[in-house]
Amino acid sequence: MSAKTTPKKRVKPESSNLAKEAKLPINKDLSKDELLGFYRDMVRIRRFEERSLRVYQQGKIGGFLHLYIGQESIAVGCASLMGDHDHMITAYRNHGHGLAVGMNMNECMAELLGKATGCSKGKGGSMHYFAPDKNYWGGHGIVGGQIPLGVGLAYGVKYKGNIGSAMAFMGDGAINQGAVHEAYNIAALWDLPAIFIIENNGYSMGTSQERSSSHPKEGLAARAEGYNMAWENINGESIFAIRDGVGRAIKRAHEESKPTILEIHTYRYQGHSVADANAKKYRTKEEIDDYRKNHDPLNVYRLYLLDSKIMSEDEMKVIDSEAKQEAEVAAQFADESPFPPVESITEDVYWEADNPDKRTSEGRLFFND
Amino acid sequence: MPEISYRQAIKDALAEEIERDENVVIIGEEVAQYNGAYKVTEGLLERYGPKRIVDAPISEAGFIGMGIGASMLGVRPVMELMFWSFAYVAWDQMINNAGCVRYMSGGLINVPIVIRGPANGGTNVGATHSHTPENLIANMPGLKVVCPATPYDAKGLMKAAIRDNDPVYVMESTLLYGTTGEVPEEEYVIPLGKADIKKEGTDVTIVCHGPSVPVALTAAQVLEEEHNISAEVVDLRSIRPLDEETILESVKKTNRAVLVEENRPFCGVDAQIAYTIQNKAFDYLDAPIQRISTIDAPAIYSPALEPEQLPKASTVVEKVLGIM
Ligand SMILES: Cc1ncc(C[n+]2csc(CCOP(=O)(O)OP(=O)(O)O)c2C)c(N)n1
Ligand SMILES: [Mg+2]
Repeated sequence: MSAKTTPKKRVKPESSNLAKEAKLPINKDLSKDELLGFYRDMVRIRRFEERSLRVYQQGKIGGFLHLYIGQESIAVGCASLMGDHDHMITAYRNHGHGLAVGMNMNECMAELLGKATGCSKGKGGSMHYFAPDKNYWGGHGIVGGQIPLGVGLAYGVKYKGNIGSAMAFMGDGAINQGAVHEAYNIAALWDLPAIFIIENNGYSMGTSQERSSSHPKEGLAARAEGYNMAWENINGESIFAIRDGVGRAIKRAHEESKPTILEIHTYRYQGHSVADANAKKYRTKEEIDDYRKNHDPLNVYRLYLLDSKIMSEDEMKVIDSEAKQEAEVAAQFADESPFPPVESITEDVYWEADNPDKRTSEGRLFFND
Repeated sequence: MPEISYRQAIKDALAEEIERDENVVIIGEEVAQYNGAYKVTEGLLERYGPKRIVDAPISEAGFIGMGIGASMLGVRPVMELMFWSFAYVAWDQMINNAGCVRYMSGGLINVPIVIRGPANGGTNVGATHSHTPENLIANMPGLKVVCPATPYDAKGLMKAAIRDNDPVYVMESTLLYGTTGEVPEEEYVIPLGKADIKKEGTDVTIVCHGPSVPVALTAAQVLEEEHNISAEVVDLRSIRPLDEETILESVKKTNRAVLVEENRPFCGVDAQIAYTIQNKAFDYLDAPIQRISTIDAPAIYSPALEPEQLPKASTVVEKVLGIM
C-alpha cells in the first residue's frame, strides 16, 4: 500500500451553531442556572488567568505560566458531565481544569506564588495543581506522561467495580509521545473506560500541527483506528458540541467500558507560556485575530445566551464583575499569604514520614548531612 | 522450619497478600498464562484468576504508568519487570510520576505501588540486561528501594513493600531465585529499613546488599578458615530507608569497614555508606574504608570475563587482608 499524503494544514471545522447544538439531547434540558453556570465557569477561568498574567508581570510568579485562555469551553464542558466516578487528569496547562472541577481561586493563585496556602502548599506551582477530592489528578509537567496515569485511573474505576471514566487530556504535541500510544493500546486492549481528549490548539510551543504529526486525513483522533478504538472530532468553540461529543464518550465508558479518543479543535491566544516571546512569530496576527473575533468559545457562548434571551446584559455584567472581583481577592489573598517554612521542604515526600505514629519501616528516610 | 527457594518465598508473599487484601493485583509481562518469565508467579493465575493476575503487553511505560495511576485510586498493584534493566523505558513514570506526585500535590495523593523484578549481572546476558539501578532509585526522595538476598528476607520484605503506602521498588536476582533457605510457616513481615547481620564477627565489617551478599559470605568464610579473621557481614537489605545504626554499631565494634556491591563505583550505594561511616564513626576507624564494586564499564558479555568484572570473594578477601 502506498503512503497517503499527509494533510498539510490543520483542518478548521465549520463555525458552530449553538442554537442548533443547544437542542441536542444532552443539552436540551439544561436549566437556566446550569446554562449561566457554564458561562460563569468560563468567565472565572478567563478572569483568573488574566489576573495571574498581571501577577506574573509584577515578577511574583516563578518559572512558567501556561495560560488556557481560548480553550475554556473544553474544561468547563467536560467538568459539567462528571459524576461521582468520573475523573480528570491533564498536562501543565491545567488552571482551567482545576477551576472547572471546583478548586477555588485563592488556593490556585496562592500556588502560583509558591505560598503555603496554595493547593499544593507551594510545592507544585503553576503546572501542578491537584484536587483528588474533586476527582482531579493534576497538573503534570512532562508532555504525555500523564496519559498512562489516566489509563490507570480508568483501570482503578473498573477494578473497583464502579461505573465511571477517566478523562485524560493532552495537547496536539503530546500525541507523539510513545507513552501515549502505549496507553492507547492498553486502554483499548483491556476495555478501560478511558477518554483521551486531545486539545488541539494548533501548536506545540512554536511547532504547528503540520510540522509535528503524520496522521490520517480526518485528523489526530483518527489514529484511534489503528487501535480499534472509537474516535470523534469536536469543534471546541461550542460548549454544546463539546458536551455532546464528550457525553457520547462518557456513555461508551459507562455502558460498555470502552475507551474513546476525542480531538477538540481549539486555539490559544497567548504564547505557549507567558515567557514565550515568539508567540506571534510562528503564526500570523490574522490567524490569532480570526480566532479571537470569530471563534472565541466564551464570546460565542455569550452571544448565544444574549441572542436567545437566556441571559440579559445585566446578568452578564454581574457575572463578569463578580469573576473579576473574585480574581482580585485571590490575588490579594495570595499576596498576603505566608511562604511555606523551610522545614516543609521535607514534608509530603513520604507518607510514612508524615505519619510517624503509623510508621512501619525503620531507618533513615532523608539524608541531609 | 521448611526450606524453600527464594522464588517460592516471593510467590508465597504475593499469594498471601493477594488473599489478605482485595486491592492487590499482579501485573506484568508473562506473569499469568506463561507463569512468569522466571516462574515467580507460577500457578497464581490458576489460583486467583485473571482479575488479580494480569498479563501486560510489552509497554513498560504504559503499564507501569497505568499501575501508578491505579494506585492513586487505592488499588495496590505489584508490577513485575522482567528485568530491572527494562525500567529505563518506564523511567519517566517511575521517577516523575510515582516519585514526585505526592510531593507536588502537597501530600494529597499517595502511590502505594510495588515494582519488582530481578536486577543482577552474572548471567552472560550483556550490558542491556544486567543493570542494578538501586543506587539511581535511592537517589530519589519519595521512593523506597530494597534488595533482599535470602528467601526469608525476600518474603518478609515483599509483604512489607506491598503494605507500604509509599512506592517501593524491590530488586531481586535471577541467580538467587533457585537458592534455598529456611522460612517459617507462620506469617511474618520484615520492616523496610532494617539491616541484618548475616554473620557475626569481631575483626572487620563487610557491608553488602542484594547479589553481593553471597559474595561477602564466601569471603568471610575464607577469611575465617584460611586467615583466622572474624568478619561481620552486614546485609543492608533495604537501601532507602537505610539502617545506619546497624552499620555504625558494627564498625564501632570491628573498627574496619569493607563495602561490597554490584553497582559501579562512581555514585554507588557504598559511596553513601562510606560517607556515613567516616562522618559518624571516624574516630573508631583503624584503617581506610575499602570498596569493591563492579569494574567500571558496561556489563561485558564474555562468559569468561563477566565473573572478573563483578565483585569477587577473592577480591574482598584481598581488600580485607590489606587493611588488617
Ligand atoms: C517530555 C517533555 N518534552 C518537552 C517538554 C517541553 N514542552 C513543554 S510543553 C511543550 C509543547 C507541548 O504542546 P502541546 O502538547 O500541543 O500542548 P499545549 O502546550 O499546546 O497545550 C513542550 C515541547 C516537556 N515538558 N516534556
Ligand atoms: Mg498544542
